[in-house]
Amino acid sequence: MIRRRAIFAVLVVGALALLGPLLPSYPLTLVTQALIFGILAMSLDLLLGYTGLPSLGQAAYFGSAAYAVALLATERQVGFLGCVVAGIVLATIIAAVFGIVAIRARGTYFLMITLALGMVVWGLAFRWVSLTKGDNGVAGVPRPELGALSLVAPLPFFYFVLAMATLSWVLLGLIVTSPFGLGLKGIRGSESRMEALGYNVWLHKYLAFVIAGAFAGLAGVLWAYYNGFVGPIDVQLVTSVEALLMTALGGPGTLIGSALGAGIIVFLKNFVSVYTKRWLLILGAVYIGVILFAPRGLVGALRRRGS
Amino acid sequence: MVGDQALRLEGVTKDFGGLRAVDGVTLEVRPGERRALIGPNGAGKTTLFNLISGALPVSAGRITLFGRDVTRAPARRRAALGLARTFQITNLFPDLSVADNVVLALQAHTPSRFAMLRPVGAFRELQSRARATLDAVGLTAVADAVVRNLSHGEQRQLEIALAIAGRPRVLLLDEPTAGLSPAESQLMAGLLARLDPAITVLMIEHDMDIALELSSHVTVLHYGCVIADGSRDEVRADPQVREIYLGA
Amino acid sequence: MRPDFWIVQTFNGLSYGALLFLLASGLSLIFGVMRIVNMAHGSYFMLGGYLGLSVALRTRSFAMAVLAAVVAIALIGMAMERIFLRRLRGQDLGQVLMTIGFALIFQDLALLIWGGDPYNLPVPAVLAGSVRAGGAVFPLYRIFIVGVAVVVGLALWLLLDRTRAGAMIRAAVDDGEMAQGVGINVPRLSLAVFGLGAALAALGGVIGAGFLGVYPGADSEVLPYAFVVVIVGGLGSLPGAMAGSLLVGLLDNFGKALFPELAYFTLFAPMALILAIRPTGLFGRSG
Repeated sequence: MIRRRAIFAVLVVGALALLGPLLPSYPLTLVTQALIFGILAMSLDLLLGYTGLPSLGQAAYFGSAAYAVALLATERQVGFLGCVVAGIVLATIIAAVFGIVAIRARGTYFLMITLALGMVVWGLAFRWVSLTKGDNGVAGVPRPELGALSLVAPLPFFYFVLAMATLSWVLLGLIVTSPFGLGLKGIRGSESRMEALGYNVWLHKYLAFVIAGAFAGLAGVLWAYYNGFVGPIDVQLVTSVEALLMTALGGPGTLIGSALGAGIIVFLKNFVSVYTKRWLLILGAVYIGVILFAPRGLVGALRRRGS
Repeated sequence: MVGDQALRLEGVTKDFGGLRAVDGVTLEVRPGERRALIGPNGAGKTTLFNLISGALPVSAGRITLFGRDVTRAPARRRAALGLARTFQITNLFPDLSVADNVVLALQAHTPSRFAMLRPVGAFRELQSRARATLDAVGLTAVADAVVRNLSHGEQRQLEIALAIAGRPRVLLLDEPTAGLSPAESQLMAGLLARLDPAITVLMIEHDMDIALELSSHVTVLHYGCVIADGSRDEVRADPQVREIYLGA
Repeated sequence: MRPDFWIVQTFNGLSYGALLFLLASGLSLIFGVMRIVNMAHGSYFMLGGYLGLSVALRTRSFAMAVLAAVVAIALIGMAMERIFLRRLRGQDLGQVLMTIGFALIFQDLALLIWGGDPYNLPVPAVLAGSVRAGGAVFPLYRIFIVGVAVVVGLALWLLLDRTRAGAMIRAAVDDGEMAQGVGINVPRLSLAVFGLGAALAALGGVIGAGFLGVYPGADSEVLPYAFVVVIVGGLGSLPGAMAGSLLVGLLDNFGKALFPELAYFTLFAPMALILAIRPTGLFGRSG
């Protein structure tokens, strides 16, 4: 089973790697964007699909990491490695703090608390103008140049993102198939049974929350370099909502589904905005359609059909 | 001089608002004893189990497990001390395989439960112990089936498996034969009879024959109070018990 | 700080809290009976404001605007429940996602119909003035808002406590399965409660439009406030919604006045504190 997954993974990553140089510049950047959001969606899947924790606040960690990179790179001229580490560490710390409040809650309460916590970060990004430049955002984030290796052009940057996405997929894949991951699935299945068996359910959930925050932070770091610009929208509810839709569309509890969902949403968004401004309307309709007709997501439905 | 009882309850009481579900229950279970907890519906038996396992906090009283006061301890602490339970309403992990269910029960008390970078399948000892547990309860054939697809009887067997997997010292069985056909109940009784004699067992059971067959000692609960407590024959002869079960 | 600063800020906090009460009480009731977190609740608030605006501009009547907004949004809410949400009975996440979908659709529709500019709802002249007391100025409109909230609060309390319908609602909040078991038509009750909740949100929106204005994004701005109120007060509890909205209104106001750069933070700290002590909110019940 693991071997089959590994072969599948190699095929997918290999295909993307080969596809890269063949794509024109614009589609290539879209694929890059899809990979970045794929990481964000997978981080949410760890919480939602595997642990049963519906979070509407992943944008808080995504955006904070993005802001960290943007501000450090433009204002302090901090190098690439420094920015990456700072971004991920910041996201992890915020998740560690927020987790203490959020993990006490379950189900619906958890959803609302993560939403409210996400809005707190947005509020700071929006109002703390002296730090975050408020609504103007932080522009001019340069693509990193690592000595001889320059990531400025779309293709090398794509490969870099592909490598990060693959790493995330592998790590998250290891986590969900590990004993710890089995524990998360157990929590999703029956918290009371897990308590009776002797697990510290709070601790398991908390660890998952922090890990998810860290990966969301990685996605945020990549986003800052990809987009060159970071603004309040990156910490806004809409971003968390899009992540949720990506996971729901692809199939919660499948990891690859979330990445697939991210790809579909990114392409849909960019494709649709060429023809109409009514992107949100269509997104909403897609949401409702997914819930009604594919409640387990696309990959979930495929897996069901297969078994 | 009384040695450490496996389980001791002193004046355990539980109030839900104005309703007193468990009223000053005092009982002692010796290590290795097989005790049946019987009583009419609503007598407070499952609530008592919830208090002992830590799923509910007591309103008053003390609970001691092998001499350690666990009255305020969370459920996982009591599990770590060797307490395991089954649930009257089947409480399994429906989307996971039978084997994974047992592995979850097994890894609960090992540090490997925090291992994040190796697949579960690589933990040989866990896997072999899981197989052994499934063999003991007779579920080897369905090890890879998803729990959701099992029959009710098989699910009840898995309930037992999850509880005994971790080699508990005290086992609380909440109506193990609930919803089983007579044939399945007999199988279950056989399974329970084969349990390690070192385990202390406290069992809620409606099937009087099975309850008395498997236990040497009986406690009778009525409206949250203990109204009889003694050997099988003593309880059978108790006039109050006779009135409740035979008179009414 | 001069003493009237505190008085004025307290009053402002009170009036904002009054608005939040209208919004949050509906959200709390909907959750209590149906266990749904209605992510479109902010949309009802905003649409109430926009609809009220259109009606007010056309009929020049504030009362008509309020009535039209409340009725129309109540109907929209009920349609949403009956046609869409009911299919997902028991699927908590699915229902939440569906309400998110609607929230997105409403947001875009509002942008489409009313455009991107902010508007102010014209208020009747009788409410436009202000009252001077003890050296401070109190706008009449804000007093009006507090008055409306008090009346609605009383009406809701009477409904829940003294009427048969209210008893059914309380039973359903307490134990939906049992309520169905004793013969309460829970689906019909859900429909009515959803409509009531939507109506309350719309009422808040149209009245709020009189001093906050109505603009794109009002829905996602006000929704987290409603959530904080019900989280702090406890889902399904009317006294909780009252206490919560008062607390949040005051905290938000003082926070904005004293520490403008920390915005939502002044909400977060008390919320976190309260949740750390009581995870189900001040008046909430577990499960």
